[in-house]
Amino acid sequence: MGRLWINYEEAAAIILFGIGFTMLLFHRNLFKKLIGLNIMDTGVFLFLAAMGYIEGRKAPIITDGILDPEAYINPVPAGLVLTGIVVSVSVTAVMLALLVRLYKRYHTLDLDVIYALSRLQTGER
Amino acid sequence: MEVIRNFPLFTIILSLFSGALCILLPGRTARKSALAVEGVLLLMAAAVLAGVLHAGEAFTYTMGEFPAPWGNEIRAGVLEALLAVSFLGILFCSVLAGHTFLEEDLDVSRIPLYYTLIHLLTAAMMSLIWTNDIFTGYVFLEIMTLTSCGILIVREIGRTTLAAVRYMILNLVGSGLFLLGVVLLYDLTGHLLMVPMRETIAVIAGNPASMRVLNMAVGILTIGLAIKSGLFPFHTWMPDTYGWATPTSASVLAALVSKTYIFLLVKIYFRAVGIPVLEQMHIRNVLFALGILGMIVGSVLAIRADNINRMVAYSSAAQIGYIYMGIGLGGPAGYVAALFHMLVHAVTKSQLFLTTPHLARVSGKSLKFKKLQGSGIRNVEAGIFFTFSALSMIGIPVFAGFASKLQFGLAAVRSGSSIRLVAVIIALALSSVLNASYFIRTIIRIYSAEDHAKRAHLVRKDRLPYMLPMLILAAFNLFLGLLSWVVIGWIEQGLAMFV
Repeated sequence: MGRLWINYEEAAAIILFGIGFTMLLFHRNLFKKLIGLNIMDTGVFLFLAAMGYIEGRKAPIITDGILDPEAYINPVPAGLVLTGIVVSVSVTAVMLALLVRLYKRYHTLDLDVIYALSRLQTGER
Repeated sequence: MEVIRNFPLFTIILSLFSGALCILLPGRTARKSALAVEGVLLLMAAAVLAGVLHAGEAFTYTMGEFPAPWGNEIRAGVLEALLAVSFLGILFCSVLAGHTFLEEDLDVSRIPLYYTLIHLLTAAMMSLIWTNDIFTGYVFLEIMTLTSCGILIVREIGRTTLAAVRYMILNLVGSGLFLLGVVLLYDLTGHLLMVPMRETIAVIAGNPASMRVLNMAVGILTIGLAIKSGLFPFHTWMPDTYGWATPTSASVLAALVSKTYIFLLVKIYFRAVGIPVLEQMHIRNVLFALGILGMIVGSVLAIRADNINRMVAYSSAAQIGYIYMGIGLGGPAGYVAALFHMLVHAVTKSQLFLTTPHLARVSGKSLKFKKLQGSGIRNVEAGIFFTFSALSMIGIPVFAGFASKLQFGLAAVRSGSSIRLVAVIIALALSSVLNASYFIRTIIRIYSAEDHAKRAHLVRKDRLPYMLPMLILAAFNLFLGLLSWVVIGWIEQGLAMFV
């Protein structure tokens, strides 16, 4: 329990990932699936950001002449988080466009109803 | 040799730029420029292949000249170059053979956008093949996902939108897991480049506590890529996706996109995790079991399908099972068989997906088996090529499918485990029988017709754009089948360079 408390950021990140993952896989409403995707990605970014930060150190921008690497954190995880956010935004945009198109055609976002409607329309199994 | 070093990066940059350029061009010019660019990329990749084969060693290209543990690298060995050449060749054939259908399936104003997507997909594919950096792998993985969704939804019927949503959801689950795996590996090792990562992993693998986390990270990453490439039980998106896309897209998605993910997985195994460490993990056994299950289940579902494209799609699920079985077998021979089968399946499946729409076109645009009765007589060329690739899928000698099945058998013998050997032999035999039963049934169906059926050929307009790529693919198929030892030699050399 003690270890969990020390690493509370990582624990929260993994819980967020789990929530998002389950929503993305099992929720029947497509819009909520998409929100689940965003929660899942946020979980990973929180994990990355939390692992990348070291208590008491600063961003690696030299202003007061300290050249000791021990004074600074590694900037790469922050860069990765930013890249990941950009990717996540573009994926969300594409998915939203898809959902709009699907809603225009079937007037619902419930996956089960959409399946039933599409089977009715094509008359296939 | 010095010039060749730049070519891998050029293939990525050139396809990105010409993708942007395609938006501005009118439809017909866009197609020609797309084909021209694919041709140039193909030549570059071939030059790299010749270069590394001649030099006998791989080279890395450091982006921005930052030295090894930092910066971003591109790496080209025999295996990367071989896959780049084959995939670009298949892409070229798919674009050339599918464009007559593209004009039917798409609004004319959208055609340049389609080629833009194809170019972006090429860029993503090339990056995933060449990259030496695991996070670059993630970014281009997502670009691949988005563009492959794009080439799927261009055909605006309700089924493709629905298929795209399903495809995207499972793919995004896969990407999320892959990202989590990458982040865990980065936190464990502090490196994103594959080789420094492997060196660190070799050191920390001795510690049981880090080995547990390592096991989890590699497992999560593997499951992510397995979902994206459609390993059983994650194959459910395949039939809708491949079955309703426009033929070029179906061919590209089935033959190239899923294989690129698997290649990335193999590359990460060899270069980022390291085979000695991987041998201690259990994820291989999971892949082996799921691969064998996939081989059987995919074939059974293919028998039950009532539509030729769905049948071919389910057969893809079975073939992905073969590849994962090879990876799960382990040992050099297992990986060689898996990589060889990737090429075999790519060339055969693209030929099938480019042929079935021609059979459907002479059968009232229906892909249903009932309507396809006698379609091989109504379109002689398509019938011949369908039979050709179907025989290769079954694994008749002379064709490529036989060579790869032989490799799987040999790999099982060399694996040294009698349980695995028995499992592989039974699965291969059962799956071949099932394969044969549905493909031969289809061949008989497309050649049996009522007496008044007339033999007919392709209309003149379609003949060249269909025949040329089909002959190229058939020649490649026979090359893989008859001269398999050449390609297998290259794959072995490439794997040796990986370490």
